[in-house]
Amino acid sequence: MSPVIPLLLVLGLATVGWLVARARARIFRRARPGGRLDSRPQYHAWFVALCAGLPAGLFALAWSAFSPGLVVMRVLQAPAAAALPAEGILRDAILAEAGALATRHATGAFHPLARTLVPAFEQAIAHYAQVGLAVTLLLGFATGTWAFLRLRPDFRARTQVERMIMAALLLASLAAILTTFGIFASLLAETWRFFRFVPPGDFLFGNHWSPDPMADVGPVATDSYGALPLFWGTFAIGVVIAMLVAIPLGLMSAIHLTQYASPALRRWVKPMLEMLAGVPTVVYGYFAALTVAPAVRRLGEALGLANPSSESALAAGLVMGIMIIPFVSSMADDAIAAVPAEMRDGSLALGATRFETIHRVLIPAALPGIVAGIMLAISRAIGETMIVVMAAGATARLTANPFESMTTVTFQIVAMLTGEGSFDHPATLSAFALGMVLFLVTLALNFVALRVVLRFRQAYD
Amino acid sequence: MTTYHELDPVEAKIAARDVSVFYGDQQALDRVSIDIGTEYVTAFIGPSGCGKSTLLRTFNRMNDTIANARVEGEVRLDGVDIYRSDLDVVQLRARVGMVFQKPNPFPKSIYENVAYGPRIHGLAVNRTELDAIVERSLRRAGLWDEVKDRLSDSGTALSGGQQQRLCIARAIAVDPEVILMDEPCSALDPIATARIEELIGELKGRYAIVIVTHSMQQAARVSQRTAFFHLGRMVEYGKTSDIFTNPREERTKDYITGRYG
Repeated sequence: MSPVIPLLLVLGLATVGWLVARARARIFRRARPGGRLDSRPQYHAWFVALCAGLPAGLFALAWSAFSPGLVVMRVLQAPAAAALPAEGILRDAILAEAGALATRHATGAFHPLARTLVPAFEQAIAHYAQVGLAVTLLLGFATGTWAFLRLRPDFRARTQVERMIMAALLLASLAAILTTFGIFASLLAETWRFFRFVPPGDFLFGNHWSPDPMADVGPVATDSYGALPLFWGTFAIGVVIAMLVAIPLGLMSAIHLTQYASPALRRWVKPMLEMLAGVPTVVYGYFAALTVAPAVRRLGEALGLANPSSESALAAGLVMGIMIIPFVSSMADDAIAAVPAEMRDGSLALGATRFETIHRVLIPAALPGIVAGIMLAISRAIGETMIVVMAAGATARLTANPFESMTTVTFQIVAMLTGEGSFDHPATLSAFALGMVLFLVTLALNFVALRVVLRFRQAYD
Repeated sequence: MTTYHELDPVEAKIAARDVSVFYGDQQALDRVSIDIGTEYVTAFIGPSGCGKSTLLRTFNRMNDTIANARVEGEVRLDGVDIYRSDLDVVQLRARVGMVFQKPNPFPKSIYENVAYGPRIHGLAVNRTELDAIVERSLRRAGLWDEVKDRLSDSGTALSGGQQQRLCIARAIAVDPEVILMDEPCSALDPIATARIEELIGELKGRYAIVIVTHSMQQAARVSQRTAFFHLGRMVEYGKTSDIFTNPREERTKDYITGRYG
């Protein structure tokens, strides 16, 4: 049910409350000897408007979310519903069709029963729309009146409005956190369903990965859900190869930018480096697939490897490393710049060269920040999808040869979810278990990294 | 007008001639000439922004680390111009040590703080020699008895006064000829300050010491020569006792008596 009309009415109510409250506060002000109120009339106005509008508005939104359920419950009590099949997909499908017909979202139905339910649906929708509207307006009016009656010349409307604003800001910051919990909860439910088919031990430690989305679900299938090759592929590409590229280059560019570059150069290079972080990863993916992967294959041929793959862990890892450079260098840059200048001067004054100062004093002092940056970069790299989809290949294998194709957790999530298997097939569900592992690992990395940064900050404040 | 008390040239460890320093367009020091002797503690006094720290930092070329700082004139150490283009600034700073306003131990152990200089200059061939240098330096800085049982603790965990003495030990460890001190007590409490002043007295004669200070009492207590700076110029330079009891310049007298600054 659309909440638009109730919300517009609530807005109107709040506006009326605003005007009336301001008028009332102005009357208070005129009656006062000094002509001054504790709070300006605008605050009285906002207090009443917010009191009238917020609870009612929230109720209207909640009602639009809950009323469809109520509508279905009412429809099921209608005589026409007796003809419905008892349980299962067909029953749900007929109800959904009838609902679509009643709200004019559809013009025809596959099942004849759906048509017979339309009148019941229409009646129920109209009923709950009226109830919702009435309750919304009554609520708005009640809270608005209550607020209006609280107005006095010495009423501290300013404090109250401040409090409401604070609550709104708190709610906004909670939204992101609650969403994270929501993601976790939904992953948890699907992961649980997957683990009913495949035991967690087989999944986490099995070394054979070849789920068949078309196969019948049976005990035979469980030994093809060993995710170890995926974890290995993710580790090899995102941690080993990418970090071999990103750590030296990122660190050296940070050292150059903080210690050697002239301010003018720094002004140019730093934003350009940070712009690398804004390049869409799909573009890196093209680059990896079309430019780097063939080059890596030619290198493999030149090294005398038989049949080097056109998709390789090395190609994906190299490009991922380049993508990650700005993360490492930006954090390392901040960490090195945060080391007090006296530390550097102390070392220079002892006759240390610039490089001795950097590697014996500045980097050790900045190490926590640098490590934190690397950990954030790793968590970013193992979650990266497009590059590996385009350049790493789909073959799950446990190999130490970087010229061979490997596959990663993220790649398999994409492959399983976009595959042809039904939604409750273990192959599809495995995507959620993989996502859960990825979520937990990156969460842990970020958590540790942030703790390290926090401790580092305290050390120099 | 620049007035300075020129010592016998043979005695001068550091001789500055017409030194001017610019930070960008801003002139911080205007044609200062001064001779620094070996057997004294020399104090630079004057109000904030008078150029005393700037002059100090020309003696070991620490102004080099400040972007767009420019030095004109001549500074000679044992008769050799330290602003010559072929001069190795690393060698210069090994000979001219520095202690800063804020204690700045490295985030390393006490031992490693002191061993840092000897290590980078290769002063010890083995661990025994390095141990000996560390102990001698800490003893001279009057810190040995307080830290000998916890040499592996972090230098930053010491108290402010101990940290500053650690920094002095660190400077002594490379066996410099001159020690520059840039307001070494300004971040310390009176007791720690007294301890540092006492230490300066003990180090006198072994090293040429130049100390920049805000406190005229401190200059009077620790130094034998005092130079008074004002607005980037050196107003007067002479024996500390003369400067404080019988200044030749009106401005010096005003500053000493607390009329400004």
